Amino acid sequence: MYNFIYEKVNTIQEVEKLLSENEETKILAGGQTLIPTMKQRLASPSTLIDISGIDELNFINDNGNSVTIGSTVTHNEVSSSDIIMKKIPSLASLAEGIGDPHVRNMGTIGGSIANNDPTADYPTACLSLNAKIKTNNREINAEDFFIGLFETALEENEIVVSVEFNIPKKSSYMKFPNPASRYAMAGVYLSVFDDAVNVAVTGASENGVFKWTEMEEALSINLSLENAKNIKLSSDGVMSDIHADSAYRANLVDIMALRAVENLI
Amino acid sequence: MPTVNINVNGQDLSAEVEERQLLVHFLRDDMDLTGTHVGCDTSQCGACVVHLEGKAVKSCTMLAVQANGKNITTIEGVADGDNLHPVQEAFRDHHGLQCGFCTPGMIMAAIDIINRKPNLDEKIVREELEGNLCRCTGYQNIVKSILAAANK
Repeated sequence: MYNFIYEKVNTIQEVEKLLSENEETKILAGGQTLIPTMKQRLASPSTLIDISGIDELNFINDNGNSVTIGSTVTHNEVSSSDIIMKKIPSLASLAEGIGDPHVRNMGTIGGSIANNDPTADYPTACLSLNAKIKTNNREINAEDFFIGLFETALEENEIVVSVEFNIPKKSSYMKFPNPASRYAMAGVYLSVFDDAVNVAVTGASENGVFKWTEMEEALSINLSLENAKNIKLSSDGVMSDIHADSAYRANLVDIMALRAVENLI
Repeated sequence: MPTVNINVNGQDLSAEVEERQLLVHFLRDDMDLTGTHVGCDTSQCGACVVHLEGKAVKSCTMLAVQANGKNITTIEGVADGDNLHPVQEAFRDHHGLQCGFCTPGMIMAAIDIINRKPNLDEKIVREELEGNLCRCTGYQNIVKSILAAANK
């Protein structure tokens, strides 16, 4: 790992100041992706801003029709939160399926979505639950936030403050984890609201997380296995690697969608 | 170099560390606490697991500066003098180790599992060991040891 300047901050204002004064900065929250990346010298920031001590980023709020999670809340805190378990149990179980217990004690929701790994779990929850991502400057709808591979709408001087998830009538997240890393080889987050059925997919597309509109339309007509079985994900643009080629992966997405539907009917 | 103040195994320490120094290297090289092992160095094997504020973390995936102001417990800190920790005792009684390399991380993970999960069964223990690898494949007795310790 190349060396860097380490700055531990206590307020969002301090982060903004450091971001405006320095180039080549990276935000450190839990570091479970960033530190391994720096160890491999795939990232070499000159300044690392540690936001883990900012109190105003560490909270879980129940707003009635939605829940808001601060960006430095760890996966373990989400999965063991009474509010999340009660209001959106599928989100608690998603958090419990990330990495392993030690990683979940450090890794954060803000880090996961800001990184936008194409096989990460949280981005599906954001898209499926119509999340609003609050930054230090503005509020961004999830659909506008995730742009592509490891790419988000975040500007250079912007950090994730919190994520607000709408509470669905019911929801289910099903993933086929890579047996070694536990990242999704295919993950499908299905949410049912009064006026919409949302289906978000991770682990599959070369462009990262996406909403599977054909499946949404089919399930909006009737939430049934028959309707789900009629829709197949095309393997065009689906990732292909040593773990799974694109046809196999596309099929995994179909199966995860069926399991998610099965879980809700 | 930044100065860190860390409580390691109940003892307050103050030391200068390079920003990029990993917690595991601080513990092993600077503090001579070589019970914490570096196995894969890629966040997978769990040989480096220590407790940060009572929670299991991978010390190869954390900077020493991140532990500033925090409490760290390593395998050296779990026994009470000459009396082994109940989990250590259980690993000895049930032969929960073969070569022993993964054992410090396994025991630190096991203590964390037992703290978090009140009603352990074999399935839960195996799932919870997701982040710890035993290359001797000695899982049968590791699981047996953890269940025995949980029931003490």
